[in-house]
Amino acid sequence: MKTWFRQHFAALARASRRLLRAPLSTLLSIMVIGIAMTLPAAGYLLLDNLKALGASSTSAQQMSLFMETSASEKQVAEARDNLQALLPDQWRFVSRADALQQLKANEGMAEIVSSLPKNPLPDAFIIEPVDASPETLERLSSTLASWNGVAHVQLDSAWIKRFDAFLRLGRLTVNLLAVIFAAGLIAVTFNTIRLQVLAGAEEIEVARLIGATDGFIRRPFYYSGILQGGLGGIVAALLIFVGITALSPSVAQLAQLYGSHFALQGLAFPHILALIACGGALGFVGAQLSVSLALRQMK
Amino acid sequence: MIVGSQLCKRYPGGFEALKNVSFEIAGGEMVLIGGHSGAGKTTLLKLLSAIERPTSGSLVVNGQNLVALRHAALPFLRRNLGLIFQDQKLLFDRTALDNVLLPLEIIGLSPKEAARRARAALDKVGLLEREKANPIALSGGEQQRLAIARAVVNRPTILIADEPTANLDEESARQVIDLFVAFNQVRVTVIIATHAPHGIPGKDVRVMTLDHGALAS
Repeated sequence: MKTWFRQHFAALARASRRLLRAPLSTLLSIMVIGIAMTLPAAGYLLLDNLKALGASSTSAQQMSLFMETSASEKQVAEARDNLQALLPDQWRFVSRADALQQLKANEGMAEIVSSLPKNPLPDAFIIEPVDASPETLERLSSTLASWNGVAHVQLDSAWIKRFDAFLRLGRLTVNLLAVIFAAGLIAVTFNTIRLQVLAGAEEIEVARLIGATDGFIRRPFYYSGILQGGLGGIVAALLIFVGITALSPSVAQLAQLYGSHFALQGLAFPHILALIACGGALGFVGAQLSVSLALRQMK
Repeated sequence: MIVGSQLCKRYPGGFEALKNVSFEIAGGEMVLIGGHSGAGKTTLLKLLSAIERPTSGSLVVNGQNLVALRHAALPFLRRNLGLIFQDQKLLFDRTALDNVLLPLEIIGLSPKEAARRARAALDKVGLLEREKANPIALSGGEQQRLAIARAVVNRPTILIADEPTANLDEESARQVIDLFVAFNQVRVTVIIATHAPHGIPGKDVRVMTLDHGALAS
């Protein structure tokens, strides 16, 4: 076990030395990998932020149930009981009198409201279901509309559906982007490692002749790929951090103008770790393909 | 113990480098393989070190049949062989000491123990004071001795050398041969391919001569 660790540590040290021996080309490779990882990662982050923005918008999850103006108190009480059974504590009642008071409170409406011969507003229920998926809201809307005394159920489902479809399309696009850039990352690592293998062909030949296993020969190249990919992941995380820091004040200002407290969310620590791990894993795949091909050609 | 039986080696294109060669080399023996250029000496050494496989016949080295040896087992066989090439195959991007350290890194020896053994090997071939020199700065004889140090650092049971004195002056060649004799005296089997197998004064050496791929004597 000690020997195993020693050999891996030696391979890691050899890989690091190899990368440091050509600092400029190493830096450029890492930058290319970092930029390739930034685009899909930023895409995922943007979608997460949009999802959070959608979730924070109450209107997206809110339904209004309007009773008929002629609905009896019994019908209103029935609707209240049914709602409590269906969606416990996920609704509030706005009586027609309260609604009129609220309308009156609006600037310039007091006079108009006073001139009305009678209260034209119906009793209403404002519903905020916990499960706010478009399908659930649609189903709920049909159920509520079928109750006695209900005049209208208002649901901005079209907006929710459009938003949801947009998010789905965005996620699909980002997934495709991620696949393309992952292939690009593998190609970059493949090429860099191939050059390293060719540059070390003499050492590989000698090592084989004096008893090196394939594992001993491959290991430093694998570590080289993992290091480049992992460092690329760190570059991507840094670029995203810089981008978020630059955009945050403007986005917050814009959100404030719309009366929202929305703020851009950056990468969380697990996301950064995932980014580095993805980079390392893709770097390993590129190195694996490259070394296998190069060694087969050398045989 | 090395036993070759009815060894044949035919290269793509039909050239037959070895034809039904049979021999036995006992442990601790010193053998010179002679023959003119193209006689099959290098091919025989390549078969002995499992760099190539025979087309037919059998070859047993240290109890392992090389014909049936799996690819994954080759490195472990080679760790018991010390190979010395005519062109030395030294690595010129590192010091003499680092060249000798390579076989020890491969077997995963601790850096401290590896350095101790590498220096001992360099000392044995008279190059300890040149440990930090790049091989390119060494003379032909010194380079060959460095290659020997690298070959023996793993304490192999068999030393196989292909024309180790071919490009050396008389004095350097004598030093190199003396080293082989010294290793043979401690029961290391030494097999040397040479185009001029004159024997070694004061040393009981067997000479095997190849002629057009066949064993002549």
